[in-house]
Amino acid sequence: MQIPYTVEARPDTGVNNAKLGVWLFLASEIMLFGGLFSAYIFLRVGSPEWPGDILGHTYTSASEILNVPLAFVNTIVLIASSVTIVLSWAALAMGNFKKYRIYMGLTVLAGFGFLIIKAIEYSDKFSHGYLPAENNFLGIYFVMTGLHALHVIGGMIVNGYFLGPGAKMWKSDPKRFMSRIEVAGLYWHFVDLVWIFLFPTIYLI
Amino acid sequence: MADSHSMEEIQKHVRVYMYVFGTLMVLTVVTVAVAYLHLNIWPALIVALVIASIKAGLVAGYFMHLIGEKKLIMYILALTGTFLVIMFILFISAYHDQVGRAALEMVYHVA
Repeated sequence: MQIPYTVEARPDTGVNNAKLGVWLFLASEIMLFGGLFSAYIFLRVGSPEWPGDILGHTYTSASEILNVPLAFVNTIVLIASSVTIVLSWAALAMGNFKKYRIYMGLTVLAGFGFLIIKAIEYSDKFSHGYLPAENNFLGIYFVMTGLHALHVIGGMIVNGYFLGPGAKMWKSDPKRFMSRIEVAGLYWHFVDLVWIFLFPTIYLI
Repeated sequence: MADSHSMEEIQKHVRVYMYVFGTLMVLTVVTVAVAYLHLNIWPALIVALVIASIKAGLVAGYFMHLIGEKKLIMYILALTGTFLVIMFILFISAYHDQVGRAALEMVYHVA
């Protein structure tokens, strides 16, 4: 059975089903992360000091605990990967599959880079005994960045599939493949968007 | 986003992507630089959120092709945004409710 409207727009919605589906999913994701941002604000305004007491020390700035330069590098890595995935789509639009492979490969690579840096940050926290249970700041930090990292992993699985076995579709149905890369890109940009808000709110303010 | 792409059109897009990339980099550096000025919480918060919102707008508008996207997607996002704001207001009012109660307890010595 052929799935309808995977490439051409549905007359009543004006968009194809893949794009509509992904945007609806992203809308639910906005509420998911919005809920966590609300929790963050609630915890923060309710505490006299932020981040506050951790293992007997009182901290007044998140940058005393978190590694701002590493998170800054990670911001750049993620934004760069957003650029490479949109360039991979543009390469397909110009019919250049080789270039697509390069840009999609870079996108997956950037995902690995982000996760490696995140792992360095986490292991540094763990080695100091900074665990989520110690303090509200650490709790919300690990929940928000952890959920975001899971989203990065999810995106890498999808992007990795389209880089490897999923790329076969370029030969059989190039238009549908392009549409897949476009909606995979939408998700990946969203992951970037969440980080754009996470970085200043958790690390800098 | 138009579904028919000519070569020149795509190349024009790619140029725009690179400009947006550059702007995002500059704004990221600005956010971090401002953080090192150690402003008070409110100005720091406002500057950080304004810059983050501009960056988010650039990513959504250009990389996610929201500029020129179909109305239906816009409606979905407007509805989501409305619910997001309502959720924030609920949290903030819950907080103020708590603060108000604590103040009343202090004034009237009610437990």
